[in-house]
Amino acid sequence: MSVNDKAIEVRNLTKRYDGLTAVDNICFEVRKGELFGFLGPNGAGKTTTVRIITGVIKADDGTALVMGSRAGSLKAKQVAGVVPEMANAYNDLSGWKNLLLMAELYGIASGEAKERGEVLLKDLGLLERKDGLVKTYSKGMKQRLILGMALISDPQILFLDEPTSGLDVQSTRLIKSLIKSLNDKGKTVFLTTHDMDEANQLCDRVAIINKGKIVAIDAPERLRIATSGRRSVEVSFTDSVSVNNLARLPSVNEVQKIGDKYRLYTDAPGDLVVTLVNFSASNKLKIISLNILAPSLEDAFVALTEKEHGYV
Amino acid sequence: MSDLVEFRQQFWRSLAVARKDIRIYYAKGPVIIYGVLMPVFLFLAFTIGRSLPAESMIPGLLGMILFFTATAVSPIVVPWEAQARTLERLMAAPVKLETIIFGDVLASFIFGAGISAVPIIIGLTLGITIASPGILVLAIVLAAFCFAALGNVFSTPPTNTPATVNMIAAGVRLPIVFMSGVFIPLDELPAWGQNIAYASPLTYFIDIARNLMDGQGHLPLVIDFLAIVGFTVVFLIIAMKLHHRTMPRRI
Repeated sequence: MSVNDKAIEVRNLTKRYDGLTAVDNICFEVRKGELFGFLGPNGAGKTTTVRIITGVIKADDGTALVMGSRAGSLKAKQVAGVVPEMANAYNDLSGWKNLLLMAELYGIASGEAKERGEVLLKDLGLLERKDGLVKTYSKGMKQRLILGMALISDPQILFLDEPTSGLDVQSTRLIKSLIKSLNDKGKTVFLTTHDMDEANQLCDRVAIINKGKIVAIDAPERLRIATSGRRSVEVSFTDSVSVNNLARLPSVNEVQKIGDKYRLYTDAPGDLVVTLVNFSASNKLKIISLNILAPSLEDAFVALTEKEHGYV
Repeated sequence: MSDLVEFRQQFWRSLAVARKDIRIYYAKGPVIIYGVLMPVFLFLAFTIGRSLPAESMIPGLLGMILFFTATAVSPIVVPWEAQARTLERLMAAPVKLETIIFGDVLASFIFGAGISAVPIIIGLTLGITIASPGILVLAIVLAAFCFAALGNVFSTPPTNTPATVNMIAAGVRLPIVFMSGVFIPLDELPAWGQNIAYASPLTYFIDIARNLMDGQGHLPLVIDFLAIVGFTVVFLIIAMKLHHRTMPRRI
């Protein structure tokens, strides 16, 4: 990747808090126009990394460049739109005034800001409520507004830290579809999430961070395949079954009860299907559904974050 | 980008921060009423029954109102924004920390300077005369900025609880009022009292006001003005340095 192709370049980034290393010597690159997912369990170092790259806090060691400029510099901030985790808009201002404030902070001319703001609020389904105080907005409306505030400057790169966390289905869908369409138009998107479906649906590549270290970077599909040991069979019976009985079946590595279904992780799904059919017959049970599941990104995530093996 | 262009850009953006502060924190009925009433009542508590002429009372009243209003809200803006989770968004915008702080100081300055019109109108109604209105306006502008910068220093402790910051601010503001010649002119204070008074920026503003309204100034006007400018520079440097240290810990 040439220097001109890189939207983000992170080298040996480290951040410590009171003896705890929150981000531990991480390196990665994001290409221009890429939709890059940054995944990790709670406390893995995702938000700390985003805060360093967006210039909110400083790293103890290492460097981060955003569109070729040092992270935290005015130049780097000027080309970036940011939706911080748990951020809020100003409750005592209207949605419209919040947007215009952001435009002023990015030095956008008033006429241009108003024009862009109208379009954004329309796309975000907020135009009719634009003059209402933000404190009267629902959580979904607030989050859509915060996304609008990040987009008012028409940034080259967008940082989204858990943008759909805790939102209703409609807001989540709207935000996901907007992220996708922005990326289709060529914007680089850096998406922090622990929603595996979201990452799987949206991202070109994902990085998985755990305990401050990057444990994997690849396309979601390749990560999924790389952890094929997490194949599983999902089965449901007419009556409930003891998880321990299922765990004792041959070739079963692990059993999870998911609602009225059981997910059995195995290295030999074909053999397990036969075993389950025999098991149901000998216990006078009827099988309602039986599916062999390919490993999901979530399985890859669990495997990588639990085992911490070096995939990079 | 040249330094001059960057400076101009950041200045305009600090005005946006100031406008935001005024809309959210200052342009509220209770804030304005509290800003005027609190010092008025405190002042009346110390002057009623002493049969002082208006020209002796108004400089103290003006000084107290200017001091209290310019330092009333600025201490809580940063902790409030950290608590309301709006600070991180602000810090991710292309503005320097100095721009945010300057914007906060500017809002406080406008609020303090604007409300100082109230005691001046009261004084003019009571028949006082101002020897040089232009010099008084200059003094109000400089002192309002100085007190706003002091208010911002109060907001530097790394707590996101506005009540804690308010307690710290109150613990400093009240002693400053008592040691600054508000109730007793500097000339009437003992030497040790005068030495303590010289450590307060409010002393110099009240001395200017007394000089212009009562002809009873204790120090030459030039010294008063230089002292106010000196305090302003010191407060701004302290505020910027401490905010640089404490701001990341608020997030």
